[in-house]
Amino acid sequence: MSTEAAHHILSYRKLTAIWGALLVLTALTVLITRAELGALKVWAALAIASVKSGLVIAFFMHMKYESRPFRIILFVALVTLAIFIGFTFFDVLYR
Amino acid sequence: MSHPEHKDYTGAKFGMWLFLFTELLLFGGLFILYATYLTRYPQQFAAGGKELNVVFGTANTVILLTSSLFAAMAVTSVQKGDRTTTLRLLGLTVLCAAIFMVNKYFEWSAKIHHGIYPGSPRLGSAPLGESVFFGLYYVTTGLHGLHVLVGAGLLSWIGMKVNHGKIHQGDFVTLENGALYWHLVDLVWIFIFPLYYLIL
Repeated sequence: MSTEAAHHILSYRKLTAIWGALLVLTALTVLITRAELGALKVWAALAIASVKSGLVIAFFMHMKYESRPFRIILFVALVTLAIFIGFTFFDVLYR
Repeated sequence: MSHPEHKDYTGAKFGMWLFLFTELLLFGGLFILYATYLTRYPQQFAAGGKELNVVFGTANTVILLTSSLFAAMAVTSVQKGDRTTTLRLLGLTVLCAAIFMVNKYFEWSAKIHHGIYPGSPRLGSAPLGESVFFGLYYVTTGLHGLHVLVGAGLLSWIGMKVNHGKIHQGDFVTLENGALYWHLVDLVWIFIFPLYYLIL
């Protein structure tokens, strides 16, 4: 965390491209969930939402250009959340 | 008047991210509640989900994604030292927040008009799962709406600081952190939208 000069500047063009991708994914998730796919559409919708969050975090929130400590705390937070969700479902589904 | 002011750019942003993780766990808890009750009351959740308006949900998704684009662009413009563009982009972000809240107002008004609100006679006589669904709907979207209002206030305050030259090309971490908060609001909605409006 030494060089303060190394701020990465994202271009307007790149940000707009990410926005375009997010809109396409939104359209896709609406279309997929209109079809009768049963439980599959839940997983499809969640997968698309995860991809969208990935794009927002990596580019809009600059995580792709942050130093290692930032990525470590993001990883720790996501693992913590996954443990919460995972262990809750071990309880709920196999009661 | 030339005291060398201590600035810790990385520390400020790191602190913001730590705060955002507590927010993530807050909303994560609400999503866990949603998922566990969905497994317990699948039919009632499906019936409740049918009441929600996909058009409102989709419109608000597009509005929030666009506002996030404006916020990210504002960070780019401040780094380039283009104050006018920064102010314009922050204004557009806050405008999107306002449109989002107006939509939310109409959406909630319609629900309440149809007798769907916590403790309403209609939900009282409906199966328990439907009360649970709408209870969670109001808590989750309400808490999210509160975050939209806070974010809009934060970005307006940041806009004033930009206008007064307190935030500029050489010192913009406050704007960057405000934008990070705004993106979190967007992130939460990215999950609320399919869970409440689409999959049921």
